[in-house]
Amino acid sequence: MRPSTLPKLRRISQILFFVLFFVHLFGTEYRGSLKGVTGDIRLPLPYPTIFLLSDPLVALCNALASRALYRGLLWSLTILIPTLFLGRFFCGWICPLGTLNHFVGSLKSEKKRGLKLIESNRYKSWQSIKYYILIVLLVSSLFGGLTLAVMVPISLLERSLTVSILPGLNIAFNAGLDYAFQTNNGVVGFFAQGAQWLLNATMLSFRQPHFRQGFFLGVIFIALLALNLRVTRFWCRALCPLGALLGMVSRWSILGIEKSPASCDDCNRCLLHCQGGDDPIPGAQWRKAECHLCFNCVGDCPTRGIAFKFFPGTSTTRTAPQLQRRKLFTSLAAGLAALPLLRSSTSFSVERNPQLIRPPGSLDEPDFLARCIRCDACMKVCPNNALHPTLTEAGLEGLWSPMLVPRTGYCEPSCTLCGQVCPTGAIWEITAQEKAWLPSATSPNAKPIRLGTAFYDHGRCLPWAMATDCIVCEEWCPTSPKAIYLENAEVTDPLGAKKLVRQPHIDPSRCVGCGACEFACPVKDRPAVYVTSIGESRSRTNQILLQRVTNGSQS
Amino acid sequence: MGNESDPKNRRHALIQMLRLGGLATATTGVGYWLSARSQHPEASEVATFEGHKSIPNDPNLPELVVAHGDDPRLLVRKSLEGLGGIKRFIAQGDVVLIKPNIGWDRTPEQAANTNPQAVAEMVKLCREAGAKRVMVADVSCNEARRCYQRSGIAEAATAEGAEVILPDSRNFKRIDMKRSLGSWQVLEPFLAADKVVNFPIAKNHELAGLTLGMKNWLGIVGGSRNWLHQDIHRSVVDLADFARPALTIIDAYRILVRNGPTGGSLSDVAVTKTLIAATDPVAADSYAAQAFWKLDSSSLPFLKIATDRGLGNKNFAKVRTRFMSLGG
Repeated sequence: MRPSTLPKLRRISQILFFVLFFVHLFGTEYRGSLKGVTGDIRLPLPYPTIFLLSDPLVALCNALASRALYRGLLWSLTILIPTLFLGRFFCGWICPLGTLNHFVGSLKSEKKRGLKLIESNRYKSWQSIKYYILIVLLVSSLFGGLTLAVMVPISLLERSLTVSILPGLNIAFNAGLDYAFQTNNGVVGFFAQGAQWLLNATMLSFRQPHFRQGFFLGVIFIALLALNLRVTRFWCRALCPLGALLGMVSRWSILGIEKSPASCDDCNRCLLHCQGGDDPIPGAQWRKAECHLCFNCVGDCPTRGIAFKFFPGTSTTRTAPQLQRRKLFTSLAAGLAALPLLRSSTSFSVERNPQLIRPPGSLDEPDFLARCIRCDACMKVCPNNALHPTLTEAGLEGLWSPMLVPRTGYCEPSCTLCGQVCPTGAIWEITAQEKAWLPSATSPNAKPIRLGTAFYDHGRCLPWAMATDCIVCEEWCPTSPKAIYLENAEVTDPLGAKKLVRQPHIDPSRCVGCGACEFACPVKDRPAVYVTSIGESRSRTNQILLQRVTNGSQS
Repeated sequence: MGNESDPKNRRHALIQMLRLGGLATATTGVGYWLSARSQHPEASEVATFEGHKSIPNDPNLPELVVAHGDDPRLLVRKSLEGLGGIKRFIAQGDVVLIKPNIGWDRTPEQAANTNPQAVAEMVKLCREAGAKRVMVADVSCNEARRCYQRSGIAEAATAEGAEVILPDSRNFKRIDMKRSLGSWQVLEPFLAADKVVNFPIAKNHELAGLTLGMKNWLGIVGGSRNWLHQDIHRSVVDLADFARPALTIIDAYRILVRNGPTGGSLSDVAVTKTLIAATDPVAADSYAAQAFWKLDSSSLPFLKIATDRGLGNKNFAKVRTRFMSLGG
């Protein structure tokens, strides 16, 4: 095999998995079907979040925090086991965020040319930051704190694309198409039709999505990519906790570099395109835990002085990451301290945020936070654009986890897609029958999963405050019988005349908190009916009504 | 550097001054041109709509057909025959919009959307009559794709050769609907059609009393149509006046007797196996209200307003009616 074959194969693999990632990301969206359905509506892809499921760090955090492994996370073994034998092939050959960083890092840059480029690709001591980040994450996971999971790379990529990049592209492409259609030019229109068909079949959403913090999360993502112009794959080398995990795991791997200093003429070309910053150069220790197995050094060496071999001689190899004992203890301490410190503020334990309405099937808050990795796949799949990343609503601990914002979208009564795509069980997978918002023939007494309870703002409600008919909320209420009941009331209109209107009331024992009333309320800016989290069935404490026990079962 | 009287330096200075002068003039010109263009942004022009061709009255044919039977497809076919045959309504080459109720993420058994088999049969009849295009569309309340899918209408209508059109944001046009309505986003397929067929399902509705044929026209309007609820009876009649369908068919195969218009529980549904086809939209609504809910214009003011407007006759006993029993 020629030395340049391996980098070529790697590039093909990177492109393949990059495309595959987008196939799955675009597949994490309900696109409708002509087929009438009486059962649950599901996504056609069997594992729409397969990239998250096969991420060993997701699995490890989940296992540490929940002392179990949620369905599907066994897929992570397909990455973890080969890494034991081969090393960080995932980073160089598969990771879609790595591929993106790789691509941006290979763009021409003033800060990285000639000798500067070679110097920038030598191992730097700051590359060990990622191991300390990993330790903080794993230690706090052990106690149920997953805040740092915002840094899980697949999570970061899926989140940034979902809430920011793709909605932005959706706006830009639609604006372009609108402009093309407005030209009323036959040829332009023809191509626009074609482009529209193609875009609709792949990436365009049926309804323009908008997300809270979209811009903010997009800027973070673009900044992380731009760092590659200074240091190639800065994220992968310095920050990525998955890279750190895989680097640690590859300690005993059997694949490694074999350098032959005899044939080396000190040209330094092996450093030119080095991705990991792992010093493949003769005369320095090769750092196995940093190497992405990109094989660029093999391809670039003019004298064939570098080769990857199974069971190589290890005299010039450093197998373990270089960690300082003091920093190690600091990160252990940080991991221990993080969660108590985060929970010292008033959060779900004493002051639940009324706006924090979790998706249907969500576990109670401590368990939810111990599982949610902030991949935001639930936001991608929600057909009503109802789920948004939190900022402070779930405390800093719950940063960027999903919450329902009924004003932008309500929870569709028979929809359970967010639970289907959640890789960690923070939103447990449920069926529409288990959601039980509608009476079912097979389980007539099933208790519904409640998200919260609706309330009226009598000062803004038309029949309550303005002697005007409305009750759109009642029309939309999806339960049967409806959770909104009406009372005939004689009111006085502005001219002093008596008038009969129907004023709406909530029955909290029927309300499931779907938010359809809030979504449909014609008082557009601040709706006259709104949902708060009280009464959510996942919590024992966030309740209003006295629960009576009758015939041994609560009702 | 050089001498100030150096002719070369003077020439450079002159050229520099000419350049700057040109730039200054051009900038000033562009500034004045832009300044002259300044005006308060006006709302874009709103188109009007002339309305659909109505079907001439024929004194030898019934204005209202009420058919009863087991097969929803047969009910459509026979009741149309009773009204004088499909060719009376649909001509060769027509572009037809069938406007069912596809408002909710509900299955056919839950009776919140029009019966899919009945809609499919109507598509088939239109195709048989030589219609060039048969479109099926509604502006759903719940997520449209779920409504189209779960109602079974997308599947059944497509199978008969209809174009099932989702209420995509590109499928709307702002129209001055006149009357007391003003301008609204109106579903494009409605505007593009030569003939429109109103195909609602009969349901309970707390504000309007019932939702039958005329109320179904809220479903061609996008935007904040919920505002129309503030004066629902007049809005319903204005919309019906605007829409002017060739034909109204009320699906009462299953009806939502309570908890409308969403329902959800099978105990809200009555299986009444009836279809009401009419050229008189007011008589059709009036008949359905009386037959299934024992309600009249005293509790359904839109019936009276529509009659006064000349859209039809709320007194259905006075219109030419034919009852058909198709067994079952």
